[in-house]
Amino acid sequence: MQQPSKMNEEELVEYFRTQMRTDPDMASAVAAIRTLLEFLRRDKGETILGLRESLKWATDCLTEVDSSVAVSSGGELFLRFISLTSLEHQDLSRCKKVMEERGELFLEKISLSRTKVAKLCHTFIKDGAKILTHSSSRVVLRVLEKAAAEKKRFTVYVTESQPDTAGKQMADALRRINVPVTVVLDAAVGYVLEKVDLVIVGAEGVVESGGIINKIGTYQMAVCSKAHNKPFYVVAESFKFVRLYPLNQQDVPDRFKYKADTLRTVSDLSDEHPMIDYTPPSLITLLFTDLGVLTPSAVSDELIKLYL
Amino acid sequence: MKRESIVPAACAAVTYTVLCHPHHHTVFIVLTDGPGNKDDITRSKNEGKELSKEEKQRLRKQKKQQKKQKERKNEKSETEKEKTPVSLLPPPRPVATQKAPSALPAPASAPIPVPASAPFHSSPAPSPADKPAKSKAELKAERRARQETDRAAKQPGSSSSGIKTKVPLSELNPVVKRLPEHVQVDDPAVVKRLAKKLERQQIPLRSDYGYKVSLFSHLHQYSRKAPLTQQLSIPSTVIHPSIVRLGLQYSQGIVAGSNARSVALLHAFKQVIRDYTTPPNEELSRDLVNKLKPYISFLNQCRPLSASMGNAIKYIKKEISNIPSQCKEEEAKTKLLTCIDRYIEEKIVLAAKAISKYAIEKISDGDVILVYGCSSLVNNILCEAFEKSRKFRVIVVDSRPRLEGREALRRLVQRGISCTYVLISALSYILPEVSKVFLGAHALLANGYVMSRVGTSQIALVARTFNVPVLVCCETYKFCEKVQTDSFVSNELDDPDDLMVTRKGKTQLENWQDVSSLGLLNLVYDVTPPDFVDLVITDLGMIPCTSVPVVLRVKNLDQ
Repeated sequence: MQQPSKMNEEELVEYFRTQMRTDPDMASAVAAIRTLLEFLRRDKGETILGLRESLKWATDCLTEVDSSVAVSSGGELFLRFISLTSLEHQDLSRCKKVMEERGELFLEKISLSRTKVAKLCHTFIKDGAKILTHSSSRVVLRVLEKAAAEKKRFTVYVTESQPDTAGKQMADALRRINVPVTVVLDAAVGYVLEKVDLVIVGAEGVVESGGIINKIGTYQMAVCSKAHNKPFYVVAESFKFVRLYPLNQQDVPDRFKYKADTLRTVSDLSDEHPMIDYTPPSLITLLFTDLGVLTPSAVSDELIKLYL
Repeated sequence: MKRESIVPAACAAVTYTVLCHPHHHTVFIVLTDGPGNKDDITRSKNEGKELSKEEKQRLRKQKKQQKKQKERKNEKSETEKEKTPVSLLPPPRPVATQKAPSALPAPASAPIPVPASAPFHSSPAPSPADKPAKSKAELKAERRARQETDRAAKQPGSSSSGIKTKVPLSELNPVVKRLPEHVQVDDPAVVKRLAKKLERQQIPLRSDYGYKVSLFSHLHQYSRKAPLTQQLSIPSTVIHPSIVRLGLQYSQGIVAGSNARSVALLHAFKQVIRDYTTPPNEELSRDLVNKLKPYISFLNQCRPLSASMGNAIKYIKKEISNIPSQCKEEEAKTKLLTCIDRYIEEKIVLAAKAISKYAIEKISDGDVILVYGCSSLVNNILCEAFEKSRKFRVIVVDSRPRLEGREALRRLVQRGISCTYVLISALSYILPEVSKVFLGAHALLANGYVMSRVGTSQIALVARTFNVPVLVCCETYKFCEKVQTDSFVSNELDDPDDLMVTRKGKTQLENWQDVSSLGLLNLVYDVTPPDFVDLVITDLGMIPCTSVPVVLRVKNLDQ
């Protein structure tokens, strides 16, 4: 049987893109981790250190394709998770087998994470609730689907979320499950907040302080809900936890702020509009993750457990 | 004057205890997030004196119970680890009770529950007038304690709070918590006890000086003009000369600053160990610890021990008592000396390097950084950042009477960093220009509060209003398992004469002692709540202020 050859950059990117295409509902981080697992299977390295280096290189390649925070955090967590085993086996192939098994275990766990989050969160949606959400998040969609399946009646307001008007996709998906939905302008968040009962958003990354990185406009929404005293809930899977600690908007690294193509092509970023913003933990009420329902200060606790 | 403090549970399943000083009739609240019981908040009004005869009897009964339960092995479960013990720097107690080993670092101790009006063991003078009022509180306390025992019985392996519950002595501090004497100075019985203890250790007692402001009358206030060393006989046989020198350096302020004091202490201890010889029929591991106790009392008298010094002492005592008995003396001594060197190297020097590495990531070009006073760590960070060619300028904020900012200014300007110097009264004027605030810390408390030089909380507060990020830099060895929510309970009062200033040949406050209505207050420390602090940089990484208990737990697991 001929062993498949080691993946180079193009194959990596192609595999990643295929994964994204075949299952559009899958998180980009999950696709990245699948790709990394395949890369691991095909890797021809002779040493553990070499293996780690090549996995890091692969993660960097994927981050260049899709510069979201989740891809980089997912990649790092994958690396952590598989090397957490005591790699004391003398035989490299045995080590690799163990790592592959753990990789598959990790993948299995995170594929179930959205269901876990939905199970935790849907109880917070009461009958007759009015929910505000931002842009298009598949996790939020899953939560709302679960709530609808539990025969709860609620209405949803979605922000249009320029510049890519992702909010409209969310609205279509919600209409398909017969949830009454209204698309509002990004500028109308303050206006609509007096009518809503709670705000639920997804996250692209959850940072060490307990804050989140999400589509631009989230920070605004959080500040307004704080002013109106409405609960601001975040739903995120645990592989989105990332070892970053921004102090303010400027402190978020550029590689996350802009799309990957923009980073490659444009030389002067000060003209470009960032795609994400940072919401500090003081504005967030609760985070729903597959590790449980956490307060923002507990996120650091979980991160320490994951990373230390 | 009733004061209430409620401590919200920042982390799940952590038990907090707030100790408030009894004399100011403060409310004593325990927030227990025990295993599966998040709503157990009990309040107990502590009116008047603490112990009544019934409570003393109860205490005696509990002690007997504990002795019976000493064998019971408690699993070192997570929940137990997460309970923050309230050990306010327990002074070394030469009293030969079984609880002596409690002076050694215990990873977790029983949090003090409500009925710990008992730990205020100080004055057993019951006030009959308060008895009827207290019996209600006692009943409540007893009921609650009974609930705790039931819960403890249901959950083997987790130690819930309570003097009444069975807790193995080996793993927890003495269940009857004693307040350290240095916050009970207005209690004559405590002072008498301290005097007796010092007499036994042959250390002179330092007398308080001057009128103390009533809110702080429970703290010591010494005069710098009367150092303890003047009362020592020469040659002093009890106290090692390097310790005498160290005590003098502390009390005169020659060695100041948390890191400097700890390092000086460790070096002095190294000298003590070098000069030590085991007396015949004694074991080094036990005798040396006993030898160190009077030294620590002496240093405490010269200047109250800091949290970092407390942790260093705990470490040394642990190392000494872990020396196997068959170890030869020379070998044991070299081992101890290398331990101390390693502690200094790891916890202070390398930690500073790690913290600089993280902190430099947070300094960007064009930053205007505000620092307060003189923190060796912050100065180190700024110098390192400057070496790495970051372009920034510094604003040094200073305050009387210590004027430590001048030292920081001197160090920074010497390196070539452009600095501005202001006094703390100009803070709100200068803050709009500032992009970040870097603060040092004296200690980080278990509830996330930052204890630092007085004025720090002011800076954090004003910075928060201007939306300027506040970063605290602190090594992990300064993390303390104490809990404090205000700056009154436990603080240090410096010499009030320092506040006198001579201008144009006239000293205005020269005769302040004669004015009966005048009191001078020279505080040294204050606590900053975690809401004002955005980020804590430690050698373990960058953590939010609320994660300090997590680090403490992780550290205890490592040990």
